[in-house]
Amino acid sequence: MSPPFTINDLWAISPEMVLTTAAIILLILDFLLPPGRRAVVGYTGLLGIGATFAALGASAGVRAEAFSGMYLSDPFTLFFKTIFLLIAALIILISLNYLSVEGVDQGEYYALVLFATVGMMIMAASGDLLSLYIGLETMSLSIYVLAGFLRKDRRSNEAALKYLLMGAFSSGILLYGMTLLYGLSGSTNLKAISRTLAAQDLHNPALTLAMILLAAGFGFKIATVPFHMYLPDAYEGAPTSVTAFMSVGPKAAGFAVLLRVFLLAIPSLQGSWVQLFYVLSVLTMTVGNVVAIAQKNIKRMLAYSSIAHVGYLLIGLVAGSPLGISAILLYLLVYILMNVGAFAMVILLCRQGLRGDQIEDFSGLAQKSPLAAATMLIFLLSLAGIPPTGGFVAKFYVFGAAIKAGYVLLAVIAVVNTAISLFYYMRVAMVMYMREEPSPITALSPSRPLHWALAIAILGILIIGVYPGPFLGWAWVSLTGLL
Amino acid sequence: MFEFIIIMLVKIAVVFGALLLTVAYLTWLERKVIGDIQVRLGPMRVGYHGLLQPIADGLKLLFKEDIIPAEADRTVYLLAPLVAIIPALISFAVIPFGSQVKILGRTIDLYITDVNIGILFIFAVASLGVYGIVLAGWSSNNKYSLLGAMRSSAQMISYELSMGLSIVGVLMMAQSLSLVQIVKAQSVVWFILLQPVGFLIYLICAVAETNRAPFDLPEAETELVAGFHVEYSSMKFALFFLAEYANIVTVSALATTLFLGGWQGPLLPPVAWFLLKVFAFIFLFVWLRATLPRFRYDQLMGFGWKVLLPVSLANILVTGLIMAWR
Amino acid sequence: MELGLFIVLALVAMASAIAVIIQRNPVYSALYLILTFLSLAGLYLQLQAQFIAAIQVIVYAGAIMVLFLFVIMLLDLRKEEQRAVKGGYQLLIGLLLAAILLGELGLVFGGGVLKGVPGEFSPEKVSALGNTQVVGRLLFTDFLLPFELTSVILLVAIVGAIVLAKRRLD
Repeated sequence: MSPPFTINDLWAISPEMVLTTAAIILLILDFLLPPGRRAVVGYTGLLGIGATFAALGASAGVRAEAFSGMYLSDPFTLFFKTIFLLIAALIILISLNYLSVEGVDQGEYYALVLFATVGMMIMAASGDLLSLYIGLETMSLSIYVLAGFLRKDRRSNEAALKYLLMGAFSSGILLYGMTLLYGLSGSTNLKAISRTLAAQDLHNPALTLAMILLAAGFGFKIATVPFHMYLPDAYEGAPTSVTAFMSVGPKAAGFAVLLRVFLLAIPSLQGSWVQLFYVLSVLTMTVGNVVAIAQKNIKRMLAYSSIAHVGYLLIGLVAGSPLGISAILLYLLVYILMNVGAFAMVILLCRQGLRGDQIEDFSGLAQKSPLAAATMLIFLLSLAGIPPTGGFVAKFYVFGAAIKAGYVLLAVIAVVNTAISLFYYMRVAMVMYMREEPSPITALSPSRPLHWALAIAILGILIIGVYPGPFLGWAWVSLTGLL
Repeated sequence: MFEFIIIMLVKIAVVFGALLLTVAYLTWLERKVIGDIQVRLGPMRVGYHGLLQPIADGLKLLFKEDIIPAEADRTVYLLAPLVAIIPALISFAVIPFGSQVKILGRTIDLYITDVNIGILFIFAVASLGVYGIVLAGWSSNNKYSLLGAMRSSAQMISYELSMGLSIVGVLMMAQSLSLVQIVKAQSVVWFILLQPVGFLIYLICAVAETNRAPFDLPEAETELVAGFHVEYSSMKFALFFLAEYANIVTVSALATTLFLGGWQGPLLPPVAWFLLKVFAFIFLFVWLRATLPRFRYDQLMGFGWKVLLPVSLANILVTGLIMAWR
Repeated sequence: MELGLFIVLALVAMASAIAVIIQRNPVYSALYLILTFLSLAGLYLQLQAQFIAAIQVIVYAGAIMVLFLFVIMLLDLRKEEQRAVKGGYQLLIGLLLAAILLGELGLVFGGGVLKGVPGEFSPEKVSALGNTQVVGRLLFTDFLLPFELTSVILLVAIVGAIVLAKRRLD
């Protein structure tokens, strides 16, 4: 009998092992430290992310299917793991001060962020439906808890409960799709499924059903339109730093597995799922943008805006070409930076006596702090897709891929949607620059780590916006092994 | 086929009858032993040394008025005693009480059935027994009953874990989940010698699982009147009573099978050895009740989770290491 | 005989599953859920998966549902029962969508078009190798990674439960 795993397999999963160990160390550290010194836990978490990044670099050369095909170590995995680590680092940076403002300065927070990141990394690396699902649950479970972290706040409780119920429901749908796929192909391995299906009659209604269920299940995770109902409430109630996390982490991970499953396991059904995602994409961006106009709460507005962005991202999948898929990866990278940045600005406004989550709260920001207002403006411009920001480049490539693949109408709809989105993004800008501050209140939240996160986000957006070549090249290289 | 069914039915009838009789006379045994330990006589009036006492008790319970509280949840209230008694009796289907005998030229296995997951079957059935207590406590609509039920569910869940883990060592050594195979694996040396820690944990958990003193919190008469069965009377009460004693017999028989070599032993016939070992355990149960005071609730939980669980895990680890090393 | 048993078990499983959601009283719902689990265990037995059947009963029926009942019994059920089901139109839409889904599923499965690829382990092979042995070997070879990863999920669940439930003294 051959051994169940080799040393090479362990090398391949070393990033996950390092990060899990780091999370456990955080739990122990939190227990040892006196109360009030919990920020140390957060900084240690950053160290852990750094160590994981090092492990990722060291194991990057190991190109293998580890653990009998359960785990894939390829450039695609590497790309997603890198951006997950970026997300985790940014989230910890923006949380460090915010948690004490909200009075929930607990070390478990950072451990849960790391655990969620472990789950995402496993999702991106899975070559099998089983490990994929377990990664998904690790991520989701951590985020359910994080969403309810403000235990005394009813809205936070509501957010956690809604997210949990919808998450459980969508997991059920996803599992149903997976079981059908397993029943039809006799394997849970993505590549094996693809091989079996290639030899089968594709006019099987059960296969179509499996595909639809999978799309619906993943649709809940990335919040495409008919499956987005829970999202605004969950985003509004959760602590803002967690909202930032929820808006980028599960979405990026959801796209990673969506691409993996649809491109690796059921590429033979591309003809049907392209139609499906076409409709979902149009619905998602239109509903997201139109409803966002009516929002008064900035977290709800950003929630709908993030729904709209998922619609744009799906265009790349509809195009289906390597250009389209690499555009998705680039778009995700930019989306993470600008969305976390925008939420970080909300956190900047949140201080004693002010939640800072109403759009009105941005009134007169330009007078009080021109730098802060300019930063927010850049995030808003990038979200809307105005040059010279990363948001423009990302949209440009995604829409371009659609036109090249012959989906001109889809690209036109997307451009019209972008115009609609300008309306609500610019309203925030207007409030910042044209309105007077209602009454002089305390200064902005002074937090060094938060400034760091903002700086990283803004630099990233501008660099990608001005000089996108290397990033697009990176996204392009990351597709080897997938297509 | 027909012959098979006849043999099966006879076996079931014999085991069932023996079990019920044992259970009935356990009550007598318990009163006698406790009486002896407390230097008094126990039942003496009905029959020689009170030997007919269980029958008299049974008749009394049968003819008593059956009361259902007005505010009780009728359906569940009626269901609960059945849920308690059925798992208690069904476990015996897989316990081997002897190897084989020849009767009228036919070789007959002395067990009702040997399934390849025998031990899991017992655990599965036993895990359902909890519901009898929980439902009885809830449906009676009485706060003492409910408290008893809550205590019992927490206690049984907690100790079930350690109990399951305590026997993993035995299963690793026997390389089987079939109780017959486990007994056969002990033909040279009993597992109590190889798995002393596992045995000790099993014993403690077995007492807790059967809600016996010193773990009898669910029915602690001094705190909860009588716990989950306060509101039960007549035959329904008798069913709970039977279930408790049947459970004692089951865990004793299981201990015999897993740790004491089952029916195996020199000179005496196998069935006699089996019964002897089982009765030794039952005696131990009674002895414990007469000797030890009741645990406090937090002590019970702390002991279960902080002592028994880690120790049983360590036991598995050590067993595994030794087996790998050899 | 075997088919008959299957039909009975399947019907009980479905009927009790429906009862779980239409019962007002949560204790009854929980009891019906236990019945569903038990009939599922019976179905596993029919598939020669004794180990899974036993685990199904021990873990789900015997442990998880006891904890469910534990929590439900702490609730004030009278208040829960009186709470009327709101939103008639929601119920109507829900039923309509459920009916459509049921129709689609019927279309998929009713025509007998579902011809899966049989996996490696047929019931005969499993009974020859030993049910528990097969499960154990697979868990520690092919499915080692997901199996070990579940420990992370469990750790997260424990940490999460404590974070959300524990009262802080400081």
